Amino acid sequence: MQLKSMPVQTMAPRVEVPERRDTRVPSETPSTQPKVSVRDLDFFYGRTQALHAISVDIPERVVMAFIGPSGCGKSTFLRTLNRMNDVIPATRLSGKVMIDGHDIYAPGTDVVALRRKVGMVFQKSNPFPKSIFENVAYGLRINRITSSKSELAGRVEQALQDAALWNEVKDRLKTSALSLSGGQQQRLCIARALAIRPEILLMDEPASALDPIATSKIEELIFDLKKQYTIVIVTHNMQQAARVSDTTAFFLLGKLIEVNATEKMFTAPNEKLTEDYITGRFG
Amino acid sequence: MSVATNKLRIDVRDWRRILSPTGNPGDAVFRVLMTAITFFVVAIVIGMVLTLGADSMQSIRHFGWGFLTGREWNPVRGNFGALPFIYGTLMSSLIALLISVPFSLGIAIFLVEQAPHYLAKPVGFVVELLAAIPSVVYGVWGIFVLAPFLRVHIEPKLAALLGWTPFFQGQITGIGLLTGGIILAIMVTPIISAVVRDVLSAVPGSQREAALALGATKWEMIRVVLVNGAPGIAGAVILGLGRALGETMAVTMVIGNRPEISLSLFAPSYTIASAIANEFTEATDDLYLSALVELGLILFLVTFVVNGLARILVWNVTRKTGGLSRAA
Amino acid sequence: MITYAGRADRSRRISSALMTSLTALCTLLAVGALFIILAYIAVQGIGSLNLQFLIDSPRPVGEGGGIGNAILGSLVLLGISSAFGLPIGICVGVYLSEVGKGRLASIVRFIVDTLTGIPSIVTGVFVYAILVLPMKHFSAFAGGVALALIMVPIVARTTEEMLKLVPHSLREGALALGAPQWRVTLGVILPAAASGIATGAMLAIARVSGETAPLLFTAFGSRFFPTSLNEPIASLTVQIYNYALSPYDEWHALAWAATLVLMTLILGINIIVRVLTRRKF
Repeated sequence: MQLKSMPVQTMAPRVEVPERRDTRVPSETPSTQPKVSVRDLDFFYGRTQALHAISVDIPERVVMAFIGPSGCGKSTFLRTLNRMNDVIPATRLSGKVMIDGHDIYAPGTDVVALRRKVGMVFQKSNPFPKSIFENVAYGLRINRITSSKSELAGRVEQALQDAALWNEVKDRLKTSALSLSGGQQQRLCIARALAIRPEILLMDEPASALDPIATSKIEELIFDLKKQYTIVIVTHNMQQAARVSDTTAFFLLGKLIEVNATEKMFTAPNEKLTEDYITGRFG
Repeated sequence: MSVATNKLRIDVRDWRRILSPTGNPGDAVFRVLMTAITFFVVAIVIGMVLTLGADSMQSIRHFGWGFLTGREWNPVRGNFGALPFIYGTLMSSLIALLISVPFSLGIAIFLVEQAPHYLAKPVGFVVELLAAIPSVVYGVWGIFVLAPFLRVHIEPKLAALLGWTPFFQGQITGIGLLTGGIILAIMVTPIISAVVRDVLSAVPGSQREAALALGATKWEMIRVVLVNGAPGIAGAVILGLGRALGETMAVTMVIGNRPEISLSLFAPSYTIASAIANEFTEATDDLYLSALVELGLILFLVTFVVNGLARILVWNVTRKTGGLSRAA
Repeated sequence: MITYAGRADRSRRISSALMTSLTALCTLLAVGALFIILAYIAVQGIGSLNLQFLIDSPRPVGEGGGIGNAILGSLVLLGISSAFGLPIGICVGVYLSEVGKGRLASIVRFIVDTLTGIPSIVTGVFVYAILVLPMKHFSAFAGGVALALIMVPIVARTTEEMLKLVPHSLREGALALGAPQWRVTLGVILPAAASGIATGAMLAIARVSGETAPLLFTAFGSRFFPTSLNEPIASLTVQIYNYALSPYDEWHALAWAATLVLMTLILGINIIVRVLTRRKF
């Protein structure tokens, strides 16, 4: 497996590109509908506007990274994709968030079903105070996905395999999840999310609380998961974005400045602001 | 300085350091004064235990362990057995918990997980006001309002429905174990719900988000929160039990005060606290008084153990003093 | 439109809606219970409430009578118990927060906590044994001591909490200026925590004013106005108890009226405290 290396200060000279207001990434096969399609999204915490007119397409089976300085809205935007912001009081938004062609904010949308389809892994691992097995089985149980004990056990094993945790825990599935190390707990949370086979996986700075070795394990995992899932990962670590993602979106102050193929983003970005951020002139 | 507090054997040279680690004479006076007053209070507590023990010695020597199993409480014949009171105390508290715990959990869950912010505080205050009502006031309301209500409307229906069980038989007067249990339930609910509120609030939001992100409904998410708070909830229930065991006035006014053991909830009963309250000033001879003091000793020891257990459970979970001081 | 997958989801929705409604119902019932109790007290008590009632001492049945002596008696008892209970409680709170350290302080705190959990009737038995028996009679003094014993742990704990809330920076600032600990505690920390301690004291007084059990065999009760601390004394709570348990309807009505007076006092204190503390947060 090849990790992309970070292009350091070897910036190619800016290529003149015609003015593009449209920040959508042209898809490889134009006939395929993007998995997620956002149009003119405004988001408000009370009276404060956190996101301004965001429009972006996220293609299927691609890893898209959201980068930007702290507080620029990337986590907020991530959470709109599975309506996790609903739990925060006094929030509202306008615009469209379409997943597989359906606006997920349309009245009557079943949020529970949405969250089955769009899974989330959080910045700090948050396993339940239960056994390793029960943590992974939780989503399967409440959504009544499996119909027999053996099927449940099989799905749990599969999820732990997909999260590259099976070998480390297969002999102690009944022990408490809290006895695992930080990195293992995070992979457990990934397994828990994968167990219900979402189509999209949202990851909010999944490795920021982990040591470098655990971080690289997670990054390897993301690389493998890409084959089956559409992954959106928020990261404040640009090198990580460069290593792991296919496309990158740069956010600043609640606005989406640029979306581009990762390699291009980090060598010859279209926008000057992007270039300034990447070269470390601010943020 | 830390030498003195870690070892029990204290070096004379350390006295000066204990008295005044700063070397300031004003400090020495201050610290000695505060410590002396506090140790005075400690001495009183120890004195309490010793006094209860000493004054119940006569009864303890006379009846031995049989006191706890004796079913007869007969001041005339001088035969004293505590079993009716132990039974009444435990049963009334049990009934109180059976009724109160679901309600208290419901209230706490509603206030922490469901109620909008502006509603949670005032409603929480109103529920806590139930704890501010004195025991004797509950007693007055119990005798004149609750007991007649139960006698006329509720107990006949219970007798009709469940009279085939031994729990709902016998004469219906409105005064008895059931009424006592219900009054206790109302009194204990604000305490349990206040502590459970603290416990649930202490559960980190990340647990809620984890459940929701996996597609949990609101109630399924609440169940995850309850699992997180389980030890603290257990502590809250035990704290409520501690309060119920020691309640005197309200219970003595509605429970009938008859030292008999009966399975029926309609029958009058007697708790340890009520017995002491009723008969203490009537106690004519030393053995009678000693037996009553022994009842007090039993009550003291039981509530001591129960409260200690509760504090361990709650302290570990909330780590805030808010939960405990509310229970005071 | 993302719709739910079918019957399994529908039953989950229904369960969730059902349970959340139940919790709301529980809360409603609790609030309702409070209002029912208060309403009964108000309605039943207001009839017998008049100035005569508040001034008179009890009379034989049929001649009216009032709770004047009981109100005065309660005030006397509150006075005695506060005189002992508040200073001692505050000092214990200061010890636990500022002076005591290490395992010794933990043991002390544990014992003070134990005092909180002791049923008030047991406290009454204790005070009977150490005061009433040697003195050979009931007295207001004994009643006051019993109430003080109930007050001390409550005040101690709230005092400790309030002192602990004072920011360390305040403490360190004063100490860094060379002030001795006693000066810092008395002059800086206590004043900073003063309002919290005061509200704690008020709540303790409200709590103690409702106590009946410990007074039954310490202060005992009386039909007369108090003349000395060395005699039995009436109190509002014991008077309510006596009136309520009597066989006379007339006295039952007086019990309700006295309850109304007591509840007004207690609710008043609680609401005032709540209003005062709300401004803080």
